Amino acid sequence: MKVLVAVKRVIDYNVKIRVKPDHSDVDLTNVKMAMNPFCEIAVEEAVRLKERGVATEVVAVTVGPKAAQEQLRTALALGADRAIHVETDERVESLGAAKALARLVAKEQPGLVILGKQAIDTDNNQTGQMLAALTGLPQGTFASAVNVEGDKVQVTREVDGGLQTVELTLPAIVTTDLRLNEPRYAKLPDIMKAKKKPLDVKTPADLGVEVASKVKLLKVEPPAERQGGVKVGSVDELVDKLKNEAKVL
Amino acid sequence: MSILVLAEHHDGQLADATAHVVAAAQAIGGDIDVLVVGQDVAAVADAAAKLDGVSKVRVADGETFAHLLAEPTADLLVALADDYSHVLAAASTTGKNVLPRLAALKDVAQISEIIAVESADTFKRPIYAGNAIATVQSEDALKVITVRSTAFDAVGQGGSAAIEPVEASIDNSLSSFVGEELAESDRPELGAARVVISGGRGMGSGENFKILDNIADKLGAAIGASRAAVDAGFVPNDMQVGQTGKIVAPDLYIAVGISGAIQHLAGMKDSKVIVAINKDEEAPIFQVADYGLVADLFEAIPELDSKL
Repeated sequence: MKVLVAVKRVIDYNVKIRVKPDHSDVDLTNVKMAMNPFCEIAVEEAVRLKERGVATEVVAVTVGPKAAQEQLRTALALGADRAIHVETDERVESLGAAKALARLVAKEQPGLVILGKQAIDTDNNQTGQMLAALTGLPQGTFASAVNVEGDKVQVTREVDGGLQTVELTLPAIVTTDLRLNEPRYAKLPDIMKAKKKPLDVKTPADLGVEVASKVKLLKVEPPAERQGGVKVGSVDELVDKLKNEAKVL
Repeated sequence: MSILVLAEHHDGQLADATAHVVAAAQAIGGDIDVLVVGQDVAAVADAAAKLDGVSKVRVADGETFAHLLAEPTADLLVALADDYSHVLAAASTTGKNVLPRLAALKDVAQISEIIAVESADTFKRPIYAGNAIATVQSEDALKVITVRSTAFDAVGQGGSAAIEPVEASIDNSLSSFVGEELAESDRPELGAARVVISGGRGMGSGENFKILDNIADKLGAAIGASRAAVDAGFVPNDMQVGQTGKIVAPDLYIAVGISGAIQHLAGMKDSKVIVAINKDEEAPIFQVADYGLVADLFEAIPELDSKL
């Protein structure tokens, strides 16, 4: 079974972001970028499926600017066999990405597609579900365990209030939650080897899709700042302030 | 304009989140219908009919809809969506699972987790873990939207909407429900609690979370946790507050032994009053806390308990 895994280049999750002075967007110039943390978990799961003999080939894909090839190389260093880059400089959001991925699913015919549950930049949490819709495949979102058995996959999902397990017919789409696994680090020799692995570059036009977002971004603002608080000296003072000043007790 | 709100429900009871989503629908303006999907959901439909501002409750009750699996629920919404300009759901795991599938089937974008309505097509939503607020406009004929329920006040319960069954035959051969493991708790639900007390890595162990119990009971609070506490195995995942867990905005949030990483703040920084108890006076949590106490939590918590 072939496994397709989608990765996204995003701002490093430790970076404190800045909004551009003209409020047009977040300022990403000279900011450290990385693979989205949920995508790292997706790559790790795909590689583990290969190590267990469930997957025969792992194909990493991304939709985005040329620089996103760095993240594909990272996926290759982590164990993906080859990569496909759908190159575009448009502002792509979930629906556009899902459309491009759907064309790749039709072409590659994977048994399983693994994505992260959300990207930490747009915080949309949509692409996996949209890809499932566009390909007519079942979806196992927010997965904390994935077990392939024959022509079915059991996915344990992190839902409000606990865990839910569903069984999906293959092929299927799975999106990863944080506790699915602990991603490995790329080793130096693997990073060197990854440079020689195949990386196909395509354009959205090659795939016959439009990927630009149709949702207009009118304005981006910093959130309202909280008023600076005070430090209290004792538990008594804390209780007093909560009762008499904040009036929340 | 007509708006369809997908009801949120658990264990045969309408969830509070639905009343908040109806409030967001009122802010958009237009006729509001609530759709109740599930198995044996008559009581949920009755509760939904009492919500202020609801014109009609539509009920799809059947075995196919048990557990609101994404595949049949999205197909049902597709069958109904042509009657509406907007489809709304809470940004719960159910709403997040189902609505993007509907949006793609209708070839429209989805707008996730709105926190304000500017007009019928323009909304505000947080991006980058709540460190920026985007104003976005959708020109799609159908707006598919999830709503951050803590950002809208719940509507009242003086309504008496008509209830009518939905006639739609939906099959599902793609997915099936196997089982669930729900965490048991007598305390208020984390997302809806007026007071939340959360522990972080500083709690040291799962056993130590018990020292929060008394205070939680006295204050009628829900107990939450940071991702560090969840990853360390102290407490189950559904207690996690943050970008990847629950978003809460209670009147009082007490952070105990939590440093205050960006991802945690994303889940609680809209709380009205934030209290931080941490022995590291440099911890970033003190930058958002209204009241900070630099102290060893194992001394401060029992003392706080005794003084409440």
